[in-house]
Amino acid sequence: MKRRRFVLALSALPALALAAGCADQRAHTHAVYLLVDTSGTYAEEVGKAQLIVNYLLGTLQPGDSLAVARVRSRSFSEKDIIAKATFDQRPSQANAQKRVLRDQVEAFTGSARSSVYTDITGGLIQGAMFLNETGAGKKTILIFSDMQEELDKAAVRNFPIDLKDIRVVAVNVVKLKTDNVDPRRYLGRLEDWEKRVVAAGAREWRVINDIEHLDALLKS
Amino acid sequence: MADSPFWVIWPGNPALSALLWFVIAMPFLYAARAPVHGLLRSLGALANGPLRLAARTLAATARDLRERNRAVLFAQGREETAERIGREFERVAALVKRDLEGYPALQRKLLDEITRVEEDYKKCGEVPPPPPDWVEAVSAVAKIKPVNGNELVLRVLEEINDSIKSIHEKTLAEYRRAYESRHKILDGFMPFWRSLDKTLAQADARMTNLSDRAASIDAQMERYEMIVKKTDRAEHALTTSALTQFFVATLVLAVAAGGALVNFKLIALPMSEMVGAGDYLTATLRTSEVAALVIIFVEAAMGLFLMETLRITHLFPKIHGLPERMRKRMMWTAFVLLLCLAGIEAALALMRDMLIADKQALLQSLAATQAAAADGWIGRIPTVGQMLLGFILPFALAFVAIPLESFVNSARTVGGAALVVLARALAAALRVAGNFFKHLSRVLVTLYDILIVLPLIAERWVKQARPAGKPPRVAGLHAGERP
Repeated sequence: MKRRRFVLALSALPALALAAGCADQRAHTHAVYLLVDTSGTYAEEVGKAQLIVNYLLGTLQPGDSLAVARVRSRSFSEKDIIAKATFDQRPSQANAQKRVLRDQVEAFTGSARSSVYTDITGGLIQGAMFLNETGAGKKTILIFSDMQEELDKAAVRNFPIDLKDIRVVAVNVVKLKTDNVDPRRYLGRLEDWEKRVVAAGAREWRVINDIEHLDALLKS
Repeated sequence: MADSPFWVIWPGNPALSALLWFVIAMPFLYAARAPVHGLLRSLGALANGPLRLAARTLAATARDLRERNRAVLFAQGREETAERIGREFERVAALVKRDLEGYPALQRKLLDEITRVEEDYKKCGEVPPPPPDWVEAVSAVAKIKPVNGNELVLRVLEEINDSIKSIHEKTLAEYRRAYESRHKILDGFMPFWRSLDKTLAQADARMTNLSDRAASIDAQMERYEMIVKKTDRAEHALTTSALTQFFVATLVLAVAAGGALVNFKLIALPMSEMVGAGDYLTATLRTSEVAALVIIFVEAAMGLFLMETLRITHLFPKIHGLPERMRKRMMWTAFVLLLCLAGIEAALALMRDMLIADKQALLQSLAATQAAAADGWIGRIPTVGQMLLGFILPFALAFVAIPLESFVNSARTVGGAALVVLARALAAALRVAGNFFKHLSRVLVTLYDILIVLPLIAERWVKQARPAGKPPRVAGLHAGERP
């Protein structure tokens, strides 16, 4: 792989001046927005979110962006972003930023409180806004939730949302007690989300319950 | 019926319909025989002509190329051999200067030693004085027999005997002393003899060396004469030499490319700390990788200039034409820049190690695993090794200039020879293709005649039935053409 890159670099050198003007710097960066559900019984799963954050910190490169936000009764707010960072181009600085971000998320997982309602849609809109602002080439929203949305009466979320060019991945979608009674509820819930996300223009919809499978997804 | 194609005369039997059509068409085919033959031949010629022309042109190009290659090869060979002869003469001049400068001293030393040896030889030639003549008188006295026991005579004789004995002992001692001194002289003679032998051997070795150089010049001159005469043997020798040089240079350049790859790996990561890791020049090419490559190329260029200014390579005539002072300045500049780049590379290698260690520590903290214990000075070995490698590789890359020059020089010959072979092969292929089309037209003419064999047989019968005389010209049949 290195050798191929070396040969590529060697052959591309004469066309460097020409290419320099054409290259899109943002196309290579990756921005990830992790939504962590803290509502109801799912708040017990928050510890696992730390693993995902750690994994993301180990995988993301300098120049990439990461934001971790919580899903609460109303999640369309910057205040729900627990930690965010666009990593420096210099690897040493990027590593320092990653350490800080890890500490922030650790502090959050240690003190997370359960919320009454679950506003996943609000979190998605907030996430899409953050990702679009980064201007990254690859944009991913990871939803660490059971995907059971419960809104209070005042919250309005039944309108079309825009997730254009964003990949949406539901992670660790645990089965509820009612799902065990009738698995169609679980499958139907996921199907509804898929329809909604695809209708919002998302590039891809995936459900990953085994965190190890996240590796292949993020590398693709 | 409605399903049958339009040409089917006999419904349900296409074969018979085709036969009927063929029979109907036969008279027309017979009538069109001459123009069809002409058309087929023309088509054959149309394909064959340009192909043959192209083949001839290519063959001529190959000849021209070969001539040009020969000219270039001989010019290169002449230049190279002249340079070698010049270098041999320089060596001989240095040898003669060195040896002949010391020749008067050597000659003086030799003469001194010869003179000493001669003197010693003369000294050795001095013999001790012979026994005095009175020995005979003593012998005569000794023969006298005492008469009647005369005591006086006896006493005299005894006195004489004693005196003679003492004189004899003295003479003998003197004789021994003389021989002893001669032996001593001979002992002292040996070192001079050895020194003389050594000096002569030295002179002989120098003469042999000079003779070897002369033989080498003779061989080079012979080669030069062959090149000037442009003999096939010289051409073969030069081509073989160029081919060998080409392959050896390619091999060495491949090894150097491997070194450059290692160098690239060493500095690509730390360069991202300088120019950014997420900065891309093209879709897949990072700026840090290109920056690392540029550093390697600059090092190679500095090495090239260093070798050029040291007059080891001759790739840039302008550098060779520079005044001596300017050339030396340029040499030092190239060396200092190379030294700086080597230092930078060593620092980058250290930074690479630090970055990797930092990343490793971060990953370990993220994975919540215990950090591996430090290995002490053993753990420092890879760091030091990387730094050393980073410092040495630029200097090693500098020597790439030598195989590069060989490669460039021999590539002209090898490339020219390859082009000649290619042109010849292409010319042969075109000639074969041309002949193929020519013969194909003939085959098609024969096939056409086979197709209309019945009218042709009828024509032959008609001809045979006619009375002998001037044969009428048959439609479509040319003179000398077989029906």
